[in-house]
Amino acid sequence: MTEAPTISRGRAFRRAASHALSSRWSLLALLGLLAVLVIVFGALEGIPASRLLGLTVRGILLGGALALGALGITLVFGVLKMANFAHGDYMTTGAYLGLVVMALIPASAPVLGLGFGYEFVIALLIVMPLTGLVAYGLDRVTFRRLRKRRAAPIMMAMAALGLAFGVRSIIYMVFGADFTFYYQGGPRPIVELLPGLRVRTDQLFILAAAVVLIFLVYLLLERTKIGKAMRAMADNSDLARISGIATERVVFWTWLISGGLAGAGGMLYALDVQLRPEMGWWLLLPLFAAVILGSIGNVYGALFGAFTMGIVWQVSSAFVNPAYGPAAAFVVMILALLVRPQGLMGRDK
Amino acid sequence: MSDPTFFARSALLAVPLYLLLVVVLRGTSAILKHAIAVVAALALAVALVLMLPPGSLSYFTTFLLMGSVYAVLTLGLNVQWGYTGLFNIGIAAFFAIGAFTSALVTTVEPTGSMAAFTQQLFGLGAPFWVGLLAAGLASGLLALIVGGPTLRLRGDYLAIATIGIGELVRLVFQNERWLANGPQPLRGLPQPLSCLASSEGCSYLPGFVNAFFEPLSPREYPYIYVAIVAIVLFLVYVGLERAIRSPWGRVLRAVREDEDSAAMSGKNVAAFRMQAFVVGAVIMGIGGSLYAHYVVAIDYGHFDPLYGTFLIWVMLMLGGSGNNRGAVLGALLVWAIWTGASFAIDALRPTLASISPELPQRGPYVRFLLISLLMLFIVLYRPRGVLPEEKVVSLARD
Repeated sequence: MTEAPTISRGRAFRRAASHALSSRWSLLALLGLLAVLVIVFGALEGIPASRLLGLTVRGILLGGALALGALGITLVFGVLKMANFAHGDYMTTGAYLGLVVMALIPASAPVLGLGFGYEFVIALLIVMPLTGLVAYGLDRVTFRRLRKRRAAPIMMAMAALGLAFGVRSIIYMVFGADFTFYYQGGPRPIVELLPGLRVRTDQLFILAAAVVLIFLVYLLLERTKIGKAMRAMADNSDLARISGIATERVVFWTWLISGGLAGAGGMLYALDVQLRPEMGWWLLLPLFAAVILGSIGNVYGALFGAFTMGIVWQVSSAFVNPAYGPAAAFVVMILALLVRPQGLMGRDK
Repeated sequence: MSDPTFFARSALLAVPLYLLLVVVLRGTSAILKHAIAVVAALALAVALVLMLPPGSLSYFTTFLLMGSVYAVLTLGLNVQWGYTGLFNIGIAAFFAIGAFTSALVTTVEPTGSMAAFTQQLFGLGAPFWVGLLAAGLASGLLALIVGGPTLRLRGDYLAIATIGIGELVRLVFQNERWLANGPQPLRGLPQPLSCLASSEGCSYLPGFVNAFFEPLSPREYPYIYVAIVAIVLFLVYVGLERAIRSPWGRVLRAVREDEDSAAMSGKNVAAFRMQAFVVGAVIMGIGGSLYAHYVVAIDYGHFDPLYGTFLIWVMLMLGGSGNNRGAVLGALLVWAIWTGASFAIDALRPTLASISPELPQRGPYVRFLLISLLMLFIVLYRPRGVLPEEKVVSLARD
């Protein structure tokens, strides 16, 4: 009789300790520790602090394009409960659709000190709904059938894998395997943000466009009826269904939004780097690393993860071959999962 | 029959046919079964060598060879996905580790002027079978390291973690020159028993064996290698069939079907998942080694997610996951579609050219699309494959 409380107190203590170790704060502490390590090793290797700062800024700029991709993955996971491994290839689709649209509309001279004219913005606005419709159309012929059969989520992921390779093979067939640019050899204006810290104006545009789109998604999710329905589906799909939410309508909007964001993210990433049929597959790793770090299904977590992974990707290039950037994001994801398997915004167990 | 290589080629081709018949024949006594298999295999092999034109026969042999290599890889995936439900989309990592380990173990580190062209971490110059075992060991070790932090995660997290490992391993072999000469190919892997097909013969084999294979020229080496691959495939298959029918295999399926109730029956779910992951990886590593010694020169490009991972997934899904016969059948079928498609596309070149002048040179991507559509078709309409999983009765234990 007297021993029982002692045991339960010991157990409670242990449980509290393991809770504290896997809390949100310890995940943030891990990321802080990594930042400190980077600074210390940077100093030991003789990497100037200004270089690390410059890479961090580059990482935030890259994070904008990643955030658009990560938002789509997390929305689809939240509403449809499936890991969409084709999402990277939807981004590639958007990038190449942009190439087609820009060839069809007249080009203007570069504007506002950027390296491109109005046609890029117009193409962006056309490509977004187009990619969204492609994503929805592919859902109609693949995932919808599986949902109706109540297939396991893992079968959905496998269908997504088939789609990823199928979409990429069509891009190979139409555009060939070589890389290309939107503006071959065009001007690439540079601006000095801080003394010694130069970035391309295009990259500032990418971040600004990403922030605007993220804000629009926020408004849509928080202020509109369809956004509310999407959040309800993400929270409890069975409850949402019996409360009379038109699930197929929610599914349509989810694909339109996440496909649209993928299209925009793909075009913006391609503007910064290049267009390549494999770009989406290579982005998949940092994108999922971002989404999982922030808790899959959580919109704010995905944003946090995207900017973190953008920084990790860029800063790692000060230490290792830049080709390992996406892999560095992956390693940080594994470390984060060891500390907190449910991710930053996940519910405490 | 005037061809001097007739006897040697027939005897070598009879090996895979015999092993196939041993697996397929059912319901007779063991001695009778083997006797029938030997006679039928020899008769079939002789018929093939006599009836097929030499070009088609050597094509058939290399087809069987590569199909069997992929069958080993597919059997490895079957342990992980088919029986245990582990979603590994990083097969290429284990495939590559096996291939490169075997290459490093069996080649000799270059010296003198050659060292400027080829860099490698080490070169032991060991025989093929040592490389084969080392490949399995290294791949299993990688699985042990990767499995630790990832196997306790949910299915789709494991998937993304394995994609990551696949990409990471490929990047390492692409960028680290000191390790295995990346991005340049590592060349000159020894081919087992290739001395049989050379004029000197194998010094370690008795004279009559050398005399029997004497007429073979190096061009006919695939006839020898197909027999070796078939023996390895047979051993892996038989080993897996026994393991799956054992209580161990039963627990794996229990873990796949319902983790919680397996745990409630006192099974250590994490340990069984890890064992299945490692066993599958060992088999994939062995497959990598078989592949490497056939192609002789390997580089990171061979372990692209398409050839290294996706193709193997399509093989298992088409054949039937959770069925070892299905895995082997799927590997051969998909390899037939994959290689057959390239013939069909070649034949269609004029048609493709009439659509767009760029299209013929992009022909290879047509079969890429074809295989993706095949995967989607299977997942959507035939998720159980050609040979669905059968009810397995565990072996009696006394």
